[in-house]
Amino acid sequence: PSLMHLLLPVRHRFLAALSSLPWRRHLCSSISSRSTATTTADDDLEHWLEHAPAPGAELRGILTAAKYGGQHRVSMIPGSGIGPELMAVVKQTLLAARAHVDFEELQTSAEGAVTPEEMRRIVMSIQRNGVALKGNLESLEASTDFISIGGAAAKNAQLRAKLGLFAYVQRCKSIEGLPTRHRDIDILVVRQNTEGEYNQLEHFNVDGVVESLKVVTEARCRQIAEFAFQTAIKTRRKKVTAVHKANIMKLSDGLFLDVCRQVAQSYPDIEFNDMIVDNCCMQLTSRPQQFDLMLLPNLYGNIVGNIAAGLVGGAGVASGMNVGSRCAVFECGVRVSGQAMRGRDLANPCGLLLASADMLEYLGEAADARRVRMAVLAALAGGVRTRDLGGSAGTNEVTAAIVDWLQQNSA
Amino acid sequence: QPSYKMPSHQLLLQLMKRPSQLLQASRGLSAAAAGGTRTVTLIPGDGIGPEISNSVKKIFAAAKVPIAWDEVDVTPVKGPDGQFRIPQKAIDSVNKHGIGLKGPLATPVGKGHRSLNLALRKEFNLYANVRPCRSLEGYPTPYKNVDLVTIRENTEGEYSGIEHIIVDGVVQSIKLITETASRRVAKFAFEFALREGRRKVTAVHKANIMRLSDGLFLKCCREEAHKHPGVEFAEAYLDTVCLNMVQDPTQFDVLVMPNLYGDILSDLCAGLVGGLGVTPSGNIGESGAIFESVHGTAPDIAGKDLANPTALLLSGVMMLRHMQLGEFADRIEKACLDSIGDGRARTKDLGGGATCSQFTDTICSRVA
Repeated sequence: PSLMHLLLPVRHRFLAALSSLPWRRHLCSSISSRSTATTTADDDLEHWLEHAPAPGAELRGILTAAKYGGQHRVSMIPGSGIGPELMAVVKQTLLAARAHVDFEELQTSAEGAVTPEEMRRIVMSIQRNGVALKGNLESLEASTDFISIGGAAAKNAQLRAKLGLFAYVQRCKSIEGLPTRHRDIDILVVRQNTEGEYNQLEHFNVDGVVESLKVVTEARCRQIAEFAFQTAIKTRRKKVTAVHKANIMKLSDGLFLDVCRQVAQSYPDIEFNDMIVDNCCMQLTSRPQQFDLMLLPNLYGNIVGNIAAGLVGGAGVASGMNVGSRCAVFECGVRVSGQAMRGRDLANPCGLLLASADMLEYLGEAADARRVRMAVLAALAGGVRTRDLGGSAGTNEVTAAIVDWLQQNSA
Repeated sequence: QPSYKMPSHQLLLQLMKRPSQLLQASRGLSAAAAGGTRTVTLIPGDGIGPEISNSVKKIFAAAKVPIAWDEVDVTPVKGPDGQFRIPQKAIDSVNKHGIGLKGPLATPVGKGHRSLNLALRKEFNLYANVRPCRSLEGYPTPYKNVDLVTIRENTEGEYSGIEHIIVDGVVQSIKLITETASRRVAKFAFEFALREGRRKVTAVHKANIMRLSDGLFLKCCREEAHKHPGVEFAEAYLDTVCLNMVQDPTQFDVLVMPNLYGDILSDLCAGLVGGLGVTPSGNIGESGAIFESVHGTAPDIAGKDLANPTALLLSGVMMLRHMQLGEFADRIEKACLDSIGDGRARTKDLGGGATCSQFTDTICSRVA
């Protein structure tokens, strides 16, 4: 007992020293600031930014924040298609926002044919930096002979598997002023990102017969379900809907559904229901406002994510984040390469800019994130929109409008 | 060579057995129908099934369609080996007539029953599910001027039902794609497009991820496209189609795809035009075709004269077109759509106040 009395003050001093470390202090402050944030429904922009906030800094793995000389270091992978031109827009915008971000650019070969060496370098960079902003890694031509390239892994999926990015989070929220058929949509799509149909385990059984394996594991289902409910708590959402096809795929989707139900029991404050995927798609076109957080396996998440993105305005305004336990990769919500739009000043940069705002939030730069989001929304509200949103501006014009706003409204 | 004259129904069976001549056979049959009455199997189904089947019979009679109905019940019965099966009478009926119209079937609860829809599909080898989605004038939804058809491979793919538990906590589900089935549905899609005067067939796939399976499906579609140069062909990724479908569905014409994608997309498109209550559906097979309504049995309104027969009626219209009785099909369809357009005549689920019988009578008076 006497030894304990001696040691106790040491332990107290140690803990006090720990709490003064910058990362711990930052984490404490960001959580406390979130809990006191108020929502004002009058101002539309405020409403958009504060109500049911996007998952932010709390998701970050503490140990992987790369910050040198006060600047966060973020891997940037332009990829192919419209990726390079949109990444240039992002750099310009973040410069105007005076965000403390340095980009480590990782180029891939022309036409996005990623060599193993390039893939290794990309993975290493993201593991080192912990955060990345990414375009589409490879874009397969329309007339590709898919069977002949069957053995090779799909590069984007391979990257997600190597980095352990088990969750894909996509925020689909109605933007005021955009010509959409539905209003007041605010859906958070949480999708399992690594297993299920995307395992690429296929073979020719005999000539003319192909078997494709969909593998579902309890561990991954539990991981994504826990993640979904934790995210629901952090973003103050009330309801989680699991989407499945367990009436037909009784074992695989049945396992997913059982695990989701089990995990739901540990969170009695959050309402939980489940829906079959085809009924879900029908409900999305008639009454999308009924959905809050949606929890899905890989393929259905792809489908429903795209539907939800289409309902709020399309590929140009959706942002997504791939989340792992040690790193996060941000990208356009809808993974299109946009080959047809390349180099023609047609691409809509808003999706990638909103993704970069999510990235800033994840890095803990909430104020910068907010300013970038406000700039994008101001441009959209002001009518400066690209063709896919019913406007007539080009990429450069939209970028100029956003940069101008940021320069005029510097913090 | 047999020296007796073959009875006409056996002649029909012989004709039906040659799938490549199915189109010619139906043309031959319509020549027979010009003189006489064609018999069609009717499966009323459960719940609201009997009422809406009666509505359809009444409307067809009012339009003087040369069709006789052979009503059968497909509730499974226990066979001599203890297995539940569709009654032989029903199987014989559909085999004999080659065409069926089916109402909603209740999903059997309990052991020993397979899904009836699945059993019917396997029995008659119904390989293509055709669902036209057209905006109803008079029942507006946020989506205007939709006019597309989804053609879905109906026998294999993700719904093969082959699943295993590898070890505790790891499950594997097998998606099976064969060249035969893919080629068959692709061929049907192009022939359908040519017959119905459609411009373009789009193959929907995810071959960037599922390279061998969807790649094989796509290869068959491309080959059939070469053989049918009169129809434009395009390919699109499933996620892109979903994204574009909810923004601008008018850009799509005929869509052909494997089983799972077809299931989801056809329900998505049905939602665009008003839901399953107004969507017709046809299952085409090598030895027959069954047209059906795809909504549920609605046990809560069964027997109360509240049901909406539109889905079954429009499926009947699809059936008439398949049987080359297009003139009758057009008349009945017009009567039905006009009645829906007249706000007072609609049933409750479409926002009107009419009962099922009133709605039926309105259509009968329009079509006579």
